Amino acid sequence: MLIIKNLHASVNGKEIIKGLDLHVKAGEIHAIMGPNGSGKSTLSAVLVGNPAFEVTAGEIIFEGKNLLEMPPEERSCAGIFLSFQYPVEIPGVSMVNFMRTAVNEHRKYKGEKSLSAGDFLKLMREKQAIVELDKNLINRSVNEGFSGGEKKRNEIFQMAMLEPKLAILDETDSGLDIDALRIVAQGVNQLKRPENATIVITHYQRLLDYIKPDIVHVLYNGRIIRTAGPELALELEQKGYDWLKSEELRVKSEE
Amino acid sequence: MEQYIDFFNSYREKIDEGCSPLLNSFREKAFETFRQIGFPAYKSEDYQHINIPGLLKEDFGFYLNHSGININPHRVFHCDVPNLNSHKHFVVNGHFVDDETKKDLPPTVFSGSLNAFAEQYPELFSKYYNQLASAKNDGMAAFNTTFVQGGYVLYVPENVVIEKAIQLTNISSGNNNSLINRRMLFILESGAQAKLLVCDHAYDENPATANTQVVEIFTGENAELDVCELEESSPNTIRLTSNFVRQAASSHVRINSITLSNGITRNNYIIDLAGEHAKTHLYGMAIADNRQKVDNYTLINHLVPNCHCNELFKYVLDDEATGVFSGRIIVAKDAQKTEAYQSNRNLLGSRDCHMFSKPQLEIYADDVKCSHGMTTGQLDENALFYICSRGIPKEEAVLLLKFAFTNDVIQGIRMEGLRDRLKLLIEKRFRGELVTCRECEKSEE
Repeated sequence: MLIIKNLHASVNGKEIIKGLDLHVKAGEIHAIMGPNGSGKSTLSAVLVGNPAFEVTAGEIIFEGKNLLEMPPEERSCAGIFLSFQYPVEIPGVSMVNFMRTAVNEHRKYKGEKSLSAGDFLKLMREKQAIVELDKNLINRSVNEGFSGGEKKRNEIFQMAMLEPKLAILDETDSGLDIDALRIVAQGVNQLKRPENATIVITHYQRLLDYIKPDIVHVLYNGRIIRTAGPELALELEQKGYDWLKSEELRVKSEE
Repeated sequence: MEQYIDFFNSYREKIDEGCSPLLNSFREKAFETFRQIGFPAYKSEDYQHINIPGLLKEDFGFYLNHSGININPHRVFHCDVPNLNSHKHFVVNGHFVDDETKKDLPPTVFSGSLNAFAEQYPELFSKYYNQLASAKNDGMAAFNTTFVQGGYVLYVPENVVIEKAIQLTNISSGNNNSLINRRMLFILESGAQAKLLVCDHAYDENPATANTQVVEIFTGENAELDVCELEESSPNTIRLTSNFVRQAASSHVRINSITLSNGITRNNYIIDLAGEHAKTHLYGMAIADNRQKVDNYTLINHLVPNCHCNELFKYVLDDEATGVFSGRIIVAKDAQKTEAYQSNRNLLGSRDCHMFSKPQLEIYADDVKCSHGMTTGQLDENALFYICSRGIPKEEAVLLLKFAFTNDVIQGIRMEGLRDRLKLLIEKRFRGELVTCRECEKSEE
């Protein structure tokens, strides 16, 4: 589904991603872990086409198409979704209006007719139940005055509305208490389909207790330095990242 | 300016013709004032960015004595705001068009032409007409008083409440360039309530029109007045308005000034809070592109303690448009416990548009709550990206954000049906579609 080859990306002229390779197949859940500043959020930003990040080399193929040639809105319609680490507040744009516009753009892309107002509201009600999102929030402006937990739930709600093929959860667990974490994780699990894939970006093992990854990668200094099964996450939780960092240094010096 | 002085001296009779003698009796003194002070000079303190003597230098030709207007605006001009149940009035080229709609109003209310009001209520006319305008020694107001031909008066006696909104549509129509001097007078006695929607429409794209308009508003104790002004004119329209408000104790005035499309516009709002616990909401919004210019000047005088004002002006500029906001709130020495808030927010969509803003607070009392602020900037890139990342194309995302920017001004409007209609008009405006309300199209006769 997703193939990343030798990706290099920079922000403000500083190279953050330095030759990254990643393959994600349908049905898989990948966890990307790593210390602060390793390039995790840059990777998610590059995947959804944030213009602040520049891809200097490499390629990203999503379902056979060159992702790097597509503007952000087209990537979304093609089935990529990012749950933002810091969702943006947009005063004056109502959630209803925002989601209706987004859902209908997705339908237009697929050659489907726009949803009627009634059908749309039905869909909203159905999806907001999945993440137990307060219906009053739906009537407010996008993320305006939402608590940290509400913002994250709202991200998963939007994901439920748009039904992406590839969902990227960027530090979705940060700022969540245990109850909110459980609700968000349940939401993600309910939305799981055999034909879809998920990339979970996180610092901690905690979220992975709820969302079970098939494959765990460690990102360090702009590259993936270790890939293994779910047991890697537990090992990291116990030993921290330092043992991998020193290993990486040893490999480098041997080179 | 000389041309106007000569005109007054040579055509005095022609100017007076068809107008009430009482209205005419105010001309001489106003003319003297105008002759002394003239139009506000370009680059003077309050006119840094608009050259009124220059704009009115061209010979527009006065629009005089057109008592026999030969169109029936009710028939040619359907202006329905759905869900806004209103009494509809028309003013064509400054003249009130007498009609039957006023018979639905409470019988003690006067809603009609300036000249008829002078004839029927000479005492009230003398008590209110030109009282605020002349006191401020304003050249534009003096000019208007010198040449005014007609206009509209709303008089609501004590404790009378007009439930339905009154919609007044100003139409400029004609084949020649013309200068139109309009006048409005709103008098609400104590406990009275009214809502007014004043729309400015310019019919024809070709002839240039200059409008001067003086509005005087008096609210008695506990009176409540909502005024929403909407300008939808043409690039050839010059609109110069002077609005004077005097509020008695515990009265509440809400003014929404919306410039949707225009040529060159200058609006002055001069508001005196003269009785304790009076409240003012002054909300403005301007959308301008091409080479349009919108210049709003506001002066709110807190003369007594315990009054409240809230001022918000928003501009959305594009292309080579110019926006000017000059906001001044003066809190007098004894006006303790004043609450005064002023805010000006501007969104610039191009490199070549200009915004000039001058937010000012002058506080002479020591126990007040006041704030003022101004921001000018572009659309938030993060918000734009967030919206696009959900599948919405950039043009639509820009539209959503621009629309959101105007939202709080729209929410400040209390005439509900109007709010929905404005949302539609603003959206069309941002999409670059021709701004005419669907129902507001000139029908073929």
